[in-house]
Amino acid sequence: MNEIIKMSATTLAEKIKNKDLTSVEVTQAFINRAKEVDPKIKAYISITEEYALKQAKESDKKIASGKEIGQLEGVPIAIKDNILIENIKMTASSKILENYVAPYDATVIEKLKSSGAVFIGKTNLDEFAMGSSTENSAFFTTRNPWNTEHIPGGSSGGSASAVSAMTAPLALGTDTGGSIRQPASCCGIVGVKPTYGRVSRFGAVAFASSLDQIGPMSKTVEDSALLLNVIAGYDKKDSTSIDVAVPNYLDTIKQDIKGLKIGLPKEYFIDGLDSDVKKSINEAIEIYKKLGAEIIEISLPHTDYAVAIYYIICCSEASANLARYDGVRYGFRAECDNLLDEYQKSRGQGFGPEVKRRIMLGTYALSAGYYDAYYGKAQKVRTLIKQDFENAFKTVDLILTPSSPTPAFKIGEKSSDPLQMYLSDIFTISCNLAAIPGMSIPCGFSQKGIPIGMQLLAKNFDEQTMFKSAYSYQQSTNWHKQFPNI
Amino acid sequence: MNNKYEVVIGLEVHSQIKTETKVFCNCSTDFHSQPNTNICPVCTGQPGVLPVLNKKAVELLVKTAIALDCNINKKSVFARKQYFYPDLPKNYQISQYELPFAEHGNLNISVDDQIKNIGITRIHLEEDAGKLLHDIGARQLDCSLADYNRTGIPLMEIVSEPDMRSPQEAAAYLTALKNLIEYIETSDCNMEEGKFRCDANISIRPVGQKEFGTKAELKNMNTISGVEEALTYEVQRQIEVVENGGKIIQETRTWDPDEKITKSMRSKENAHDYRYFPDPDLVPVNLDDNFINDIKANIPELPEKRKQRLIQEYGLTEYDANVIISDKALVNYYETAVNSASKETENTAKPIANWLTTELLGKLNNAKLTIKESPVKAEYLGQLVALISKDTISGKIAKIVFEEMFNTNKDPQTIIKEKGLVQISDENEIIKICQEAIDESPKIVAEYKGGKERAVVAIVGLVMKKSRGKANPQMVNKILIDLLKQ
Repeated sequence: MNEIIKMSATTLAEKIKNKDLTSVEVTQAFINRAKEVDPKIKAYISITEEYALKQAKESDKKIASGKEIGQLEGVPIAIKDNILIENIKMTASSKILENYVAPYDATVIEKLKSSGAVFIGKTNLDEFAMGSSTENSAFFTTRNPWNTEHIPGGSSGGSASAVSAMTAPLALGTDTGGSIRQPASCCGIVGVKPTYGRVSRFGAVAFASSLDQIGPMSKTVEDSALLLNVIAGYDKKDSTSIDVAVPNYLDTIKQDIKGLKIGLPKEYFIDGLDSDVKKSINEAIEIYKKLGAEIIEISLPHTDYAVAIYYIICCSEASANLARYDGVRYGFRAECDNLLDEYQKSRGQGFGPEVKRRIMLGTYALSAGYYDAYYGKAQKVRTLIKQDFENAFKTVDLILTPSSPTPAFKIGEKSSDPLQMYLSDIFTISCNLAAIPGMSIPCGFSQKGIPIGMQLLAKNFDEQTMFKSAYSYQQSTNWHKQFPNI
Repeated sequence: MNNKYEVVIGLEVHSQIKTETKVFCNCSTDFHSQPNTNICPVCTGQPGVLPVLNKKAVELLVKTAIALDCNINKKSVFARKQYFYPDLPKNYQISQYELPFAEHGNLNISVDDQIKNIGITRIHLEEDAGKLLHDIGARQLDCSLADYNRTGIPLMEIVSEPDMRSPQEAAAYLTALKNLIEYIETSDCNMEEGKFRCDANISIRPVGQKEFGTKAELKNMNTISGVEEALTYEVQRQIEVVENGGKIIQETRTWDPDEKITKSMRSKENAHDYRYFPDPDLVPVNLDDNFINDIKANIPELPEKRKQRLIQEYGLTEYDANVIISDKALVNYYETAVNSASKETENTAKPIANWLTTELLGKLNNAKLTIKESPVKAEYLGQLVALISKDTISGKIAKIVFEEMFNTNKDPQTIIKEKGLVQISDENEIIKICQEAIDESPKIVAEYKGGKERAVVAIVGLVMKKSRGKANPQMVNKILIDLLKQ
């Protein structure tokens, strides 16, 4: 195995900058790895080899000429295929956008371009990011590199699988209810959902606008911090992005965590929590105690309502956000001789069953006479959930929970039961509702060798505390140094 | 009209806000551009785009709201109004539902010299839809063409209270509203370009009844007189239905300007459920006092105030003042003319008003020109009246000069010089001409001397003919009588 693909993005950036490696060498190594293993895991919808090598050459030229270079100069990154890169196909894993070519760059893509990053490919996801396993992709299901019988998690399963299988050192995902953290947990990597408003959403296909955030995925905490450094910041093209100064997340990452107060919400340590997960989390708690953190039991009393109101809010917003896919201006169109048929057939044939289910749920929840009982009520409960966290963060600096109630399940195991599927996001959903930052880091393996993740949650815009806590943990453990045998 | 019934009318006006760029993106609002040239990913509803509010649009809406005496909401919220149509790229329109920018205003209208106050319910901001073409000239297309240049142009929807009691009042309201908006220049109000559109809610009820009757909503009226015609038709229709024992049903009806009837479009049962909900892509807008006060300080003199000033300062009648202030361009023209004349002589304000409202407006009307397109410059009209006032030319000559001014765009002095039309006010000269006329008309002189005093008119005519109309008519009268009495 080529050593390059095992290196962290931070190391690669350093080596490329110091001319120990060229970007072309690095990019080619990951492309070769992808060509070798991706047929087995199917993380990519498209590998943009030509595009990536052209970018890599430019980076190498820049470095050779001594010009100023970016933080990720020459480093490859995989991009979830619901984020737009100008002139590259963007499918959102949907038939309705199968041949759609992005007409502009997402803000995160602009930022990555100016940081010198190299786009190696577009990764698979559940159609329109709706799902927890990539089984809802219109094209194919991505496999978990640790065991290809298992799901990689979702919706950013392609990105998680790609990083885990070392076909990319970095990836971008999007997280609406856990879509970065849950697959990161499933695939044994780091995944970060930044504070709502920290990263511009401009150019990420909207699923649920009030919950969506783009975030980093990587093997190490440092790499995610580095990537967030590049993509974070206020964007005038996104009115919901927030004008708060972006710290250099690497500056504080190595600080110790002595005296840090970590809360364990009792509502998250429930019966029915998988025993392997429970064991790994308990071990992680012990490590934090050794690192000098104070462990405090806390309560987030409205946790029980999170899944229910999440599905009302995300489906309601999705029902409006997805209305634009009608075949009139772009995307799949079923040719018919009247407008109503054309709408119904284009959308009927263009969307998959889960997307349709959510559009219908959301349409219902927003209908006259139901709005107050559903959407209106859900917004009120959302405020209560926010307040739960505000209260908790009066006594603790960080909250620790499992990322998912079980390790990655088998492909097909839950696909016939949407409710069971929805429950795999039970621990990640509240974070989006409360707009706070959260991340998943690997903290062990199940007896069957499937990775387990733990989730860290912090106050609004306090990614720094989250990163340094995660970094300290990774310094004391070796989970992130394990590689799947694929 | 049947006086057993009272008519109740409320109007919804959509007025295009005069901004350079669209309300949620940077595209131009130019009306005359080629189809689909003022478009971008945002206003064509591409995946991943986000709206960014144009502050100028808010400023102009607030200016309008202040001029209409509204309360400005410190906090307002955008909502998505959802319906599918190919002219609406996102298949929802960004509009406002709860918390519009302004509420509770009013506007004075005048009908038959009676002043009436009409309540304004609310003013909200929304984006316009695109345009669909189903034919090109006379050629019917077998498909529809969509032009998205208009998509996203800011509109203010001004909703009145159901305060109008006749189609005439409705027309007067629209005239007053249009005039007011033109004064403050927040919209061009060009009805032909669709920049000022009106829907009407109309019902009837037996005189004395307090509850409103069932209303019909009328659409597709493209002129103010069209609104009046449609409402007049609809009143009759509703009365006939009720008189014949029928019931008015709540429905939307469309005005057919060719057939001059209203036709049912859809009933209440088929009414859209727009599923409004707050747009999660746009944060609530908070307007601070400084913003509102700055706009307040810059509101120009409004029509009502200006009318009072015209009456007081220039001694105009209420009627003339009403005519003149009915159009900002007209009153500006008037005041320019008055200023120009007042440099020469005094007491010209009233005669200028007469010249303007009778001569000039009449000619413009015949030539289908607006006051802005008048071939006679305001300064020149002022000069012309000054020349009459100074007895340089007679009123009769002035009409000849005016005709020439209208046809050639020249100033009155030039025309008078070119045509030698300066009034003869030299006494000796006039005596000479009068004597000639007397000498040539022995018969008439005899009649006059025989007691038929009116015979002098014929001799005056002869004098004017001899002087080619240039003799000062007052002097001619006096001198002739003096000579005849000798």
